[in-house]
Amino acid sequence: MNGSTLLAIAGMSLATFACRYGGYWLFSHIRPTPALRTVLGYIPGALFVSYVAPALFAGGPMQWIGGAATVVLMLVVRDLSLAVLGGTAIAWVWWSYV
Amino acid sequence: MIGFSGAAMRLGARRVLPLVAGLAPFGLVVGLLAQGAGLSLTEAGLMSGLCYAGSAQLLALGHWAVPAPILAATLAALIVNLRLVLMGPVLAPWLDRVKGWRLMASLFMMADQNWALSVEAMRRGEGDAGFLFGSGLLTWFVWVGTTLAGHLLGGVIAPAPNHPIFFAALAVFIALLVPMWRGRMDGLPRVVAAIASIVTSVVLPGTWYVVVGALAGSLAGLLQERLRPPAPPAALVVE
Repeated sequence: MNGSTLLAIAGMSLATFACRYGGYWLFSHIRPTPALRTVLGYIPGALFVSYVAPALFAGGPMQWIGGAATVVLMLVVRDLSLAVLGGTAIAWVWWSYV
Repeated sequence: MIGFSGAAMRLGARRVLPLVAGLAPFGLVVGLLAQGAGLSLTEAGLMSGLCYAGSAQLLALGHWAVPAPILAATLAALIVNLRLVLMGPVLAPWLDRVKGWRLMASLFMMADQNWALSVEAMRRGEGDAGFLFGSGLLTWFVWVGTTLAGHLLGGVIAPAPNHPIFFAALAVFIALLVPMWRGRMDGLPRVVAAIASIVTSVVLPGTWYVVVGALAGSLAGLLQERLRPPAPPAALVVE
């Protein structure tokens, strides 16, 4: 066990919990206006798009084909695990043979 | 316990099960990275168990040094996890009904995948804060377990950075976007989020693009409702 390593882990853990707890705490101590509630309703979709878009932009055909396959599978079978496994499998096939 | 039921915990754990399978490779990668960075098995386990935030750990371990970069790792965790500040309040209809350790534990267990499933369940009127906790607890066990396994495996398995196994994480987020679609009103905000996040990822270092894109997209949603109120009124954060 190393002192600076443990301190770094402690710092990371406290910072992360502060984010997890702080946002909820803050919003429960201010009265959310209708505008704020509207914004919160849009956050989930916008957040996940913001994960995915830069990765697809920086990626190549493997990510694009795998991503498209994942969306199509999700729309057709409506099953998260099948869509993820299928999309990844198709990306893997592309990566292996093309 | 009202608002924190065992039934909801079990439902959450069942729902998140396929997603934790997708998470396993990343736990292994974090373990491998931790081992490469010189962390002991205990330290790697502590980091995954206490911090429990994959992207922050990947970022910190990618820039690890001896002695450990205490301030840089803490700041990286803060910036990467700013999105959690935005995620907690979305689940307020559930969280407002629990207090004390149950509230703390539910929020501690909030990670991307189980949060997304929780939002979906909440909007359908299923479960309570127990769903967030139960789904998070299973995720936590798999996260810590696969980190330890990755550390033990050491250099034995070392997939290249472009290996398609890493695409599984991206696929999880892509797939989650499909059930999150509430209707045409979500179109413009998502386009704005995509453009804002891509531009930010090119212009700014680190992971600011997640926070910038999420804020830009959701503010675009607000603006769109202000300028042209949709009919019927948009379903907001569903109670």
